Amino acid sequence: MNPPQFKSKRTVFITSLLWLLTLLTPPLTVADAKPTLTIYTYESFVSKWGPGPLVEKAFEAECSCDLRFIGLEDGAALLSRLKLEGERTSADIVLGLDTSLTKEALETGLFAPHKMNIPELGLSLPWDDAYFLPYDYGHFAIIYDTQRLNNPPHSMKALIENDEGGKLIIQDPRTSTPGLGLLLWVKSVFGTTAPQAWEKLAPRILTVTKGWSEAYGLFLKGEAPMVLSYTTSPAYHMIAEESDRYQAADFAEGHYAQIEVAGKTVNRPQSKLADDFLAFMVSPRFQDLIPTTNWMFPAGRTEKPLPEAFNKLVRPVRTLHFTPNEVTTHRKEWINEWLHSMSR
Amino acid sequence: MDQRVASLHESLTGRSQLRVPGWLPGGLSLLVISLILFASLSALFFNAQLASLTTTLFDPYLLRVLRFTLWQASLSTLLSVLLAIPVARALARRTTFRGRSVLLLLLGLPVATPVIVVIFGIVEIYGNNGTLNHLIRLFGFSFQVNLYGLTGILIAHLFFNMPLAVRMLLPAWNQIPDESWRLASQLGMKSGSLFKLIEWPVLRRVLPGSAGIIFLLCFASFAIVLVLGGGPRATTIEVAIYQALRFDFEPSKAALLALIQLVICTLTVALLHHWLRALPLSSGLATTSQNRPDLNQPGSRLIDFGIILVATTFVALPLLALLRAGLTGPVLSVISDQSLWSAALNSLMIAIAAAGIAFSLGMALLTTSRYLRFHRKQPNRSELLELSGSLTLVVPPMVIATGLFSLLLPFGFVFDWGLVLVAMINGLMVLPYVIRLVGPALLANGEHYHHLCSELGIRGWHQFKLIDWPIIRHPAAFSMGLCATLSFGDLGVVALFGTHDAMTLPLLLYHRIGAYQFEAASVTALILALLCLVVFRVIDLLIGGRRALH
Repeated sequence: MNPPQFKSKRTVFITSLLWLLTLLTPPLTVADAKPTLTIYTYESFVSKWGPGPLVEKAFEAECSCDLRFIGLEDGAALLSRLKLEGERTSADIVLGLDTSLTKEALETGLFAPHKMNIPELGLSLPWDDAYFLPYDYGHFAIIYDTQRLNNPPHSMKALIENDEGGKLIIQDPRTSTPGLGLLLWVKSVFGTTAPQAWEKLAPRILTVTKGWSEAYGLFLKGEAPMVLSYTTSPAYHMIAEESDRYQAADFAEGHYAQIEVAGKTVNRPQSKLADDFLAFMVSPRFQDLIPTTNWMFPAGRTEKPLPEAFNKLVRPVRTLHFTPNEVTTHRKEWINEWLHSMSR
Repeated sequence: MDQRVASLHESLTGRSQLRVPGWLPGGLSLLVISLILFASLSALFFNAQLASLTTTLFDPYLLRVLRFTLWQASLSTLLSVLLAIPVARALARRTTFRGRSVLLLLLGLPVATPVIVVIFGIVEIYGNNGTLNHLIRLFGFSFQVNLYGLTGILIAHLFFNMPLAVRMLLPAWNQIPDESWRLASQLGMKSGSLFKLIEWPVLRRVLPGSAGIIFLLCFASFAIVLVLGGGPRATTIEVAIYQALRFDFEPSKAALLALIQLVICTLTVALLHHWLRALPLSSGLATTSQNRPDLNQPGSRLIDFGIILVATTFVALPLLALLRAGLTGPVLSVISDQSLWSAALNSLMIAIAAAGIAFSLGMALLTTSRYLRFHRKQPNRSELLELSGSLTLVVPPMVIATGLFSLLLPFGFVFDWGLVLVAMINGLMVLPYVIRLVGPALLANGEHYHHLCSELGIRGWHQFKLIDWPIIRHPAAFSMGLCATLSFGDLGVVALFGTHDAMTLPLLLYHRIGAYQFEAASVTALILALLCLVVFRVIDLLIGGRRALH
């Protein structure tokens, strides 16, 4: 009978519905008000026995925030993921690049300076990088199973030239920082003849994994007697398993060094929180966790002394290291070289 | 009486109904498919920087990748088909034994089992620490089967394609007339000459088509090579595309590789299209070989059942290993993990969307195809339209995905829309199944009833509801169930688009295998396999009704 009234009824209904919706939405977002800090890192960092869970607990206790770790295959995969996602990345912090990749990472324009006075780092190398902060370091090494390999190689040359030397598991230099580390290690020992060295080694490589976790898991399951890891890996077996079974091979040419770093991304809402995390990362609360969870040497100040087992580790006779600039200039070329030799 | 007929007629024809021209549904469908392909392929051409074509083509690593791709695909095809012949022959000779239909069902299982799940089962059996190597060591041999590399790829391809080849070859025996067998027994032919003179000529007609399909499948194999390849030595083009995008971040290289893939697939289809056209799949119907003279030849029974047993064991072992590993794994901790269920939910939504997309596109194509055939009398165009639904055989999903990926990359949409794209591409991927399964029933229906329908003026929705649906309901339900299942378990394009926020169940399983969480992976694999089964049964029951037992 009365069209306007009918119309207004409908309007009332619709407006009340809209009101209801708007009233309902805020509580949903309020409930989630704790800011979230998202950190991209590598798989082994967030695994149950890695530093991730402890770091998360310790930092969340003081930040009243939600720390979210996202574990990718390995360190080098972090960089390609970041390039893929560009400015729409959800990472506030990228933790797990190393000095081979920092320059290339910086060129993406996705990183913000950390603006921190770098405290006394336990590094033997001088450190001045306005964008990336180191959290640990170590030397790469071939870890072998003493029960399966009586005669471990004593040099890179011996490893490569001994056809009967047993199988080896390595990581892909395109996704993994240890994989890239081995590539650089072979390069620094063999120089221009590195491709021939890889060709010689290729038949004895059981498999090339995407990340360190997978490779080390396969090694411990007994798939091969050797794996690429760190001089510090035996410390894990000594401390956690009280076993001397797995040892690092001491190489006469020296060992390639790795410094693992973290950086904060640019234009993110949680910038302050990211700064807090970086400060926390170089503090003893984080650094004390490193030796017995990430099984590396802490890069920052610690309060606890290094465990006894760390004194029994292989001490490289020489530290091999390319500068970030050298690596950036040649990375593509050297990786292509590696692909060629490995696919022959 | 007259009035009733008139009112029935009215309600059937639906006076006020909007008349949809017969060409419209298929036309729209074709438009959607070609738009997606056009967008994707033009993005590939645009991104591929054809100027660098020569340098890339002569890049020794890529040449080796190409060579390996062709090599493993040829070898897989050859082995699958060669091994399938004796199995198919044994099954054709023994048509009445108990459990034959169950066996054929088992041989049909690999098609619908998620690749990544099977890989897990294969590692359990043939892995360096798997059952086989334990047995070898138990018997004191120092020899070891190394799964990573060509061996693993071949085993996995055999698992999927040998049974498929058996099912494609088996119908050939149906074409042998009973007279041939009688004549042969009068001539006293032995098994060998039977094969040469009677069986080989019919086999030869279906072999190229079967081999062609298997070659295409192996050529575009992704997940198997990704997990079992074990390094640069064993990389296929599809894996190289994935690596170019996700490892090296070189979209132009990925685009170029996708174009190479496209060219080779197109060439294969062009070469074999004569044989690919009408390839029947065995539904397990008994063949009429009762009169062949070699059935009771000494030892033949033993040989046949021996072959059948070996083939069955080969297919069943990885599945049984999966079941065992899954049940003995940490079931509680895996199923109480929320990330598993959110990944499963994503997979389910993708599966339903993909099945819906495939079914709507497929039905639209088929309706118009039928219209062209019976109303317009243009059987050639009708066939062409149907073929357009199988374009994904020529343009592999990974190629489409790479194109869309590079198209969307500059806008930053790639990951926000990841799962939508995955559903869309999966929909196209499974479209051929709808066409192949529903098409014949719909066309046969058209042949029977199109005169009646046009006389009564029944068309559009009413024709669909009253005439077509009752007939196509079961194949439609089956095809949608299969589409959803295939999409649910697919690890292909999702590897390009997936992230931690957009995780699917197969991707989660891949990550768990990658992180060497084998115990959690075993349970995840079992759950994925079981959910596939549930998805299939529920869709089949919901759409096909209670009687939809196949």
